[in-house]
Amino acid sequence: MDYFEFLELPRNLAIDAKDLEKRFYALSRKLHPDLFARRSQAERDQAEESTAVLNDAYRNLRDPITRAEYLLKLEGFDIGEQTTKDVPPELLEEVFELNMALEEFHAGAEADAPQLESARRKFEAMRGDIDAELRQKFAQWDSTRNREALTAVRVILNRRKYITNLISQTNVPDRI
Amino acid sequence: MFQIEFDNDKVVGIDLGTTNSLVAWMELAKPAVLPLVPSIVSLSPSGEIVVGEKARQELIDHPDRTIYSVKRLMGRGIADVQQELKLFPFHIADDSESIIRVKLGEKTFTPPEISAFILRQLKQNAEAALGQPVTKAVITVPAYFNDAQRQATRDAGRIAGLEVLRLVNEPTAAALAYGLDKRQEGIIAVYDLGGGTFDISILKLHEGIFEVLATNGDTHLGGDDIDHRLLRIALEDLQSEWGEDLSHVGEAVQTLRQEVVRAKESLSFLPDAHIDFAWHGKQYHREITRELFESLIKDIVDRTLGPCRHCMKDAGVTPEQIDEVVLVGGSTRIPMVRGAVEVLFRAKPHTELNPDEVVALGAAVQAGILAGTVENQLLLDVTPLSLGIEISGGVVSKIVHRNSTIPASASETFTTGVDGQTNVLIHVVQGERELAKDCRSLLRFDLKEIAPMPAGMPRIEVRFLIDANGILNVTARDARTGKEQSIDVQPSYGLTLEQTEAMIDAAIEHGEEDLHAAQVALARVDADAILLAVDKAGRNDAWLELTDAEREEILGAIRQLQTVYHGDDHHAIRDRIDLLNEVTHKLAENMMNTAVGSALKGTKI
Repeated sequence: MDYFEFLELPRNLAIDAKDLEKRFYALSRKLHPDLFARRSQAERDQAEESTAVLNDAYRNLRDPITRAEYLLKLEGFDIGEQTTKDVPPELLEEVFELNMALEEFHAGAEADAPQLESARRKFEAMRGDIDAELRQKFAQWDSTRNREALTAVRVILNRRKYITNLISQTNVPDRI
Repeated sequence: MFQIEFDNDKVVGIDLGTTNSLVAWMELAKPAVLPLVPSIVSLSPSGEIVVGEKARQELIDHPDRTIYSVKRLMGRGIADVQQELKLFPFHIADDSESIIRVKLGEKTFTPPEISAFILRQLKQNAEAALGQPVTKAVITVPAYFNDAQRQATRDAGRIAGLEVLRLVNEPTAAALAYGLDKRQEGIIAVYDLGGGTFDISILKLHEGIFEVLATNGDTHLGGDDIDHRLLRIALEDLQSEWGEDLSHVGEAVQTLRQEVVRAKESLSFLPDAHIDFAWHGKQYHREITRELFESLIKDIVDRTLGPCRHCMKDAGVTPEQIDEVVLVGGSTRIPMVRGAVEVLFRAKPHTELNPDEVVALGAAVQAGILAGTVENQLLLDVTPLSLGIEISGGVVSKIVHRNSTIPASASETFTTGVDGQTNVLIHVVQGERELAKDCRSLLRFDLKEIAPMPAGMPRIEVRFLIDANGILNVTARDARTGKEQSIDVQPSYGLTLEQTEAMIDAAIEHGEEDLHAAQVALARVDADAILLAVDKAGRNDAWLELTDAEREEILGAIRQLQTVYHGDDHHAIRDRIDLLNEVTHKLAENMMNTAVGSALKGTKI
């Protein structure tokens, strides 16, 4: 049984967070091991197992990105990790600048902190655009079940992962 | 008819603390707690184990036979506690490696065994107060405890003769204690600075569900560290004033430590305090102002703030979104700690419940949930640390991320690298670092008896389940045949299954003595109840309505019960209770009729 079925949800990419939480709480009240403490060992083990599945399902479906990755996998898409190593051509220039700024920052040039800050803002704006694009493709899949939408989602997710990596690189620890 | 029925399923909640331990249980709608027991254990020269307040004096009289703060050693290896050993007078036996052995005089004990002595004391206290045997418990642990520390705590419970129904995280327990009849919705932060550990947990409350969003902490940070700062100053003073280094004189250090703790505690209420110490005719006196105190402990207080910020980030909340802050642990009485919490969370913290008792009260609520007497409340807790397996190059592949709601699970498929290979060794770690050597080694397991096949052909599916106690369970099966795969688990730290079983067996022998004593005591309680009831009945009109023979029969049964009352055969006491109960049937019936009769007489028809 997949996580969507477990939570009695259609295999949609867009999920109402409030509704998902309600299902999670309701099922927790039915399945949680605390409710089986006075039952047999077999029943207690069963409660641990089924609640573990519930928790795993909720964790995977709650976040839109892991949810999309999970759905792609269910639909037979291969979501490799290596793809994120290739710099998307439209980002070549920014990545080059960021690496320069990072190098100087680590070499101790104070003045480059603002550069990192502006790089981060730029990448965050890009991620905002990507998320808007994703939402559109999510809606397309949900209403049409057209696999082309999923192919597009997969490409966008890879780009998003790349940008997220860049953003985390700009988050240098605060200086004391 | 005069007998009283006991509820034999009483589940108690236990706070097994670094400094103090407490036991509590649900009484009708609210939890009740017994006075705290200091977590001090001593082996008297006559070979008797002394626990609690009585052991406190032993810290000074027999420092080499007495231990405190043993919680700091739970689930740890000798390499982990080098820092601790500089600060604490632990006497570690030479054969300590993956499991530490502590010397108390001529004997050695593992930390779970020492904790079991404390648990056994709490169990006895509860039994005496409740007048019934106690065999089931919920025990609290710091939220940031790793797998080995949790297992050690569970082992301690089992060695003490307790079925540990659940390990509950201390801050979560505190939230449960506060959650009674309080707000229905909202975000709560629980800041728990105890004797030896620091935890921060952020929870979401929703119609009786307590969902932990994130937790963080430091299992090496607490009031003990503050005591050491003050102690060091005093010892340095003595060195310069008297030219004497007393830091290795156990008796002096322990006397001074108690003085320092007293001074620390009064600084929570007064602007200054003093440390007084008399030693071989010499007097030491030192004033400590709160200002000096605060400058001494500032970095300790600051060290709690990083985990708090991380926790908020992981929970995805800002300080403005936090509705309530709850303070737990004796160290939160320190005004500087309260101030830091107020500034960080921008909220005035709750302090209505006694910070020493709140965890035990919450454990009692959880005990009530498990016993079925507390309804509509449910705790959804998380695992504090990521679980990973070591892959090539010593790199960790995370399989369950920290702050995942527990129970949580993951499945991984393993195969062989060489033709005909029949076993695969897997190393499981806990922690956030990239390399296995920087994480906490949990266990190694060997997938054995794999049918010889070309490399890469076998497919062994391993299932990792972190249960509701936060403890890892590993099972494996052959994905091709579906058959269960033989697996040999070696814990990296702590007791092996065999060692635990041996200790439990040994404890059960003692337990039988304890059980016997408890059964005799309980039989006497029942005897008292029936004797009292019959005595009362003897002054009732109903007594006069009996025949002489009937009265003589009852008096005979009473004498028989009195004869065996002080013996140690609980069966004999029970038999005589039954006999007395039988021969007083008619008396009881008469009393009912008399009661009805007199009620009728008083009524105008």
